[in-house]
Amino acid sequence: MDIHTLRIIWFVLIATLWVGYLVLEGFDFGVGMLLPVLGRTDTERRVVINTIGPVWDGNEVWLITAGGATFAAFPLWYSTLFSAFYLPLLLILVALILRGVAFEYRGKVDDDRWRRRWDTAIIFGSAVPALVWGIAFGNMVHGLRVEHYRAGPFSVLLHAFTPYALLTGLTTVTLFLLHGALFLGLKTRDDLRERAVRIAGKLSIPTAAVAGAWAVWTQLSYGKTWTWVPVLAAAACLAGVVLAARAGREAPGFALTSLTTVLAVVIIFGSLYPNVLPLLGGESLTIDNASSTRTTLTVMTWVAVVMTPVVVAYTTWTYWVFRRRLGLGDIPVPIGRPHRPDPAS
Amino acid sequence: MSALDLSRWQFGITTVYHFIFVPLTIGLAPLVAGLQTAWVRTGDERWLRLTKFFGKLFLINFAMGVVTGIVQEFQFGMNWSEYSRFVGDVFGAPLALEALIAFFLESTFLGLWIFGWDRLSPRVHLATIWLAAVGVVTSAYFIIAANSFMQHPVGVVFNPVTKRAELTSLLDVLTNSTTLAAFPHTVTASFVVSGTFVAGIAGWWTVRSAKAGREDDASMYRSALRLGLAVLVVSGAGVAYTGDVQSKLMFAQQPMKMAAAEALCDTEKGAGFSLVAVGDLGNACDVRQITVPGLTSFLATGDFAGELKGVKDLQKEYSRLYGPGDYVPLLPATYWNFRMMIGFGAFSAALALAGLWLTRKGAIPSSDRFAQLALLALPMPFLANATGWIFTEMGRQPWIVAPNPTGDPRNRFLTAEAVSPYVDTPTVALSLVVFTVLYGTLAVVWFQLMRRYAAAGAPVVPAAGSSSGPSDDEDSPLSFAY
Ligand code: HDD
Ligand code: HEM
Ligand code: HEM
Repeated sequence: MDIHTLRIIWFVLIATLWVGYLVLEGFDFGVGMLLPVLGRTDTERRVVINTIGPVWDGNEVWLITAGGATFAAFPLWYSTLFSAFYLPLLLILVALILRGVAFEYRGKVDDDRWRRRWDTAIIFGSAVPALVWGIAFGNMVHGLRVEHYRAGPFSVLLHAFTPYALLTGLTTVTLFLLHGALFLGLKTRDDLRERAVRIAGKLSIPTAAVAGAWAVWTQLSYGKTWTWVPVLAAAACLAGVVLAARAGREAPGFALTSLTTVLAVVIIFGSLYPNVLPLLGGESLTIDNASSTRTTLTVMTWVAVVMTPVVVAYTTWTYWVFRRRLGLGDIPVPIGRPHRPDPAS
Repeated sequence: MSALDLSRWQFGITTVYHFIFVPLTIGLAPLVAGLQTAWVRTGDERWLRLTKFFGKLFLINFAMGVVTGIVQEFQFGMNWSEYSRFVGDVFGAPLALEALIAFFLESTFLGLWIFGWDRLSPRVHLATIWLAAVGVVTSAYFIIAANSFMQHPVGVVFNPVTKRAELTSLLDVLTNSTTLAAFPHTVTASFVVSGTFVAGIAGWWTVRSAKAGREDDASMYRSALRLGLAVLVVSGAGVAYTGDVQSKLMFAQQPMKMAAAEALCDTEKGAGFSLVAVGDLGNACDVRQITVPGLTSFLATGDFAGELKGVKDLQKEYSRLYGPGDYVPLLPATYWNFRMMIGFGAFSAALALAGLWLTRKGAIPSSDRFAQLALLALPMPFLANATGWIFTEMGRQPWIVAPNPTGDPRNRFLTAEAVSPYVDTPTVALSLVVFTVLYGTLAVVWFQLMRRYAAAGAPVVPAAGSSSGPSDDEDSPLSFAY
């Protein structure tokens, strides 16, 4: 295959990995942010957490794969972007570290203060990435001023809070909240389910307004003619989400927030193309000048073609295995060790 | 301190930290899978208790490995952007392969294992832990392949226009002779960790149970102790053998590292293996050492009288080849870390010998001394692993990609050139502090949880039948939940 086709394939593949990441971790983040709202008792909080318990780590691997694929296919994109966005990434890393450990450790000691602390870690670890990824994507679409990049990560950070970027951040936060609420509606039963769906109903209109405004702004400032298609499709999806969520129908609602997330990634990457990182006041990084060589792209394509279906197959099977809704009755008694080591042992 | 120095400290700290947890994960996943296999095959409840016991410790540890891994993946771009640019064509591929082939497998099937006790049939559930174990070991392969490229670049050509190393063959990169030696050494070293871990904890519990007169427990823990000891014997032999292979490769591929391992200043025939050194190793060469004659020459060349080049000669040679510069690694660090790697390993060997002796012919050990040795040995292989890596990585300096003596010399890169040019000192200082504080705190939490769960002993499992097999009963609680 010629190199240009390969570059386009990898640009699309990386967008696809982001789709996987944002759709899947999107509801993880939403679930984490809703923990204090939905989980009034410890058992309720445990139900909420256990809806994503078996899958959150697999969901996070989409990010690791996106990072690795960017490194392999577009090393200059990876190196410039990650060193410029050093501080936001640091914040995201801290959040993801705390969140991951919290899931695993929260139940390990049977003590309220212990659990409260890890709950805070889960909430922080979900809200921060939801916001920061959005702001980072907003900046990526807008482009990076070369003189800010040269002046170091603090300078990049200082100039990151443009209205457009903040709106992008607000979009990811609200969209993930709604996505998570609908996911909880799908995965819980009884009272928790009803409350989750009611929250989704309340969130749906503001989310649709924010996300719609973002899509239009992106289209007018950075879009291409063809990106009107995903923008209009996203608008239709958002309208559908409002109807579904307010009618208390979580399944179509969840499908539509997923689709909205897919379309948002299409809008972002469609607006970027053929750039991967617009550099304002300098030569932008494009799929052509940032990519690795034909050999690398070719072997990596083969690997992706063989492995991706396998990964998707067993991931799907996992969701099937854990398809059952969870209720309060599913939660066993606390399994953690008592706070004070029991003298008996 | 410059951004370069801070970046090096940060990389060293975060990677060594990641590698506290990783060897235990690599070594313990197959052992837990083995314990569970024994349970599924025999139906003997003691195996199930041991599976749950070590499985829980495994998971407490695993969580830390996962969250510290993400940092690794991002750091190359954040702190070493020039490096990422130089080697991106080659180095990103194994990282992407690792994620796609290994991490998805390991994280998905571990999720299935943790939560699947009453969702999957016993056989399918058993398969999930084995697949997770496969994923864990596979991930080590790819990351070692990436690291081996930095030690010994193969499968690339240098492009003088872009000034980048470009891939010619991924197969060559994945079958790098350095990888083929480092991977088995690292995996066997990981089994030294898990063997010591299982034997140490089970050994301590054997003594405790025996002294308290709980014979059933004592015999259960003794089985685990024997398993740990068997693993230790096999992996100990493996680590020594593969270490020897690595020494010979290192001598051929990175002679400066070999010289630095011995702080050998002048070229010598029949160079001895020094046990301790007195005086300032600095980069000056006036130390007196106690040496085992000829041993280092033997390690490096397979001949007790083989010639070993000294640091001074190599420095001259490198200056001629690569231009003026200081090509000598930090000798005290390389010298001592190499010795500590082997020395810490000796504790595991001591545990193996004592354990095998005390459990011979069905005996159940009950001496306090043995219980103490068992606990004392626990941290040692972790330290051996850390010092081994610190040696490997510091011995490679000043290179981030060490030149391949039989390859194109232009495929080389200095650590000093590799750092991100626009990431300034305050930024790295901030992240270094943040990571250090966060990691320090989490280390305390990890340690206390591990200790608490180890001290709680193997859990009593519910009577047979109620804890296994798929259940469609909507009202019964899950057998496991966070
Ligand atoms: C339990 C841990 C452990 C033990 C007991 C040993 N090693 Fe080791 N060694 C490691 C754990 C390790 C390691 C941490 O896994 C390293 C770091 C890089 C690598 O590939 O493995 C390593 C590196 C390493 C290297 C450097 C390779 C390079 O830089 O290219 C050599 C030459 C040896 N080892 C040799 C030995 C010898 C001769 C041993 C004596 C029996 C030995 N090791 C015991
Ligand atoms: C878990 C095992 C590893 C440990 C404990 C380890 C440890 C270290 C240490 C201590 C340093 C600092 C050396 C110095 O600055 O003098 C370092 C540097 C480095 N290592 Fe490793 N390393 C490990 C594996 C790897 C792997 C697998 C890779 C690549 C995939 C890697 C890439 C690097 C890089 C890029 C540097 C930075 C440049 C430098 O300062 O040398 N390391 N490592
Ligand atoms: C410096 C380079 C390294 C990078 C970029 C890296 C990357 C990662 C990442 C991203 C994860 C998390 C995976 C998940 O979310 O499930 C991880 C975990 C893991 N890493 Fe590393 N790693 C490095 C060094 C190493 C080394 C040297 C080894 C083995 C020799 C290793 C073996 C593992 C294993 C087995 C796991 C999974 C089990 C666990 O988390 O404990 N890594 N690593």
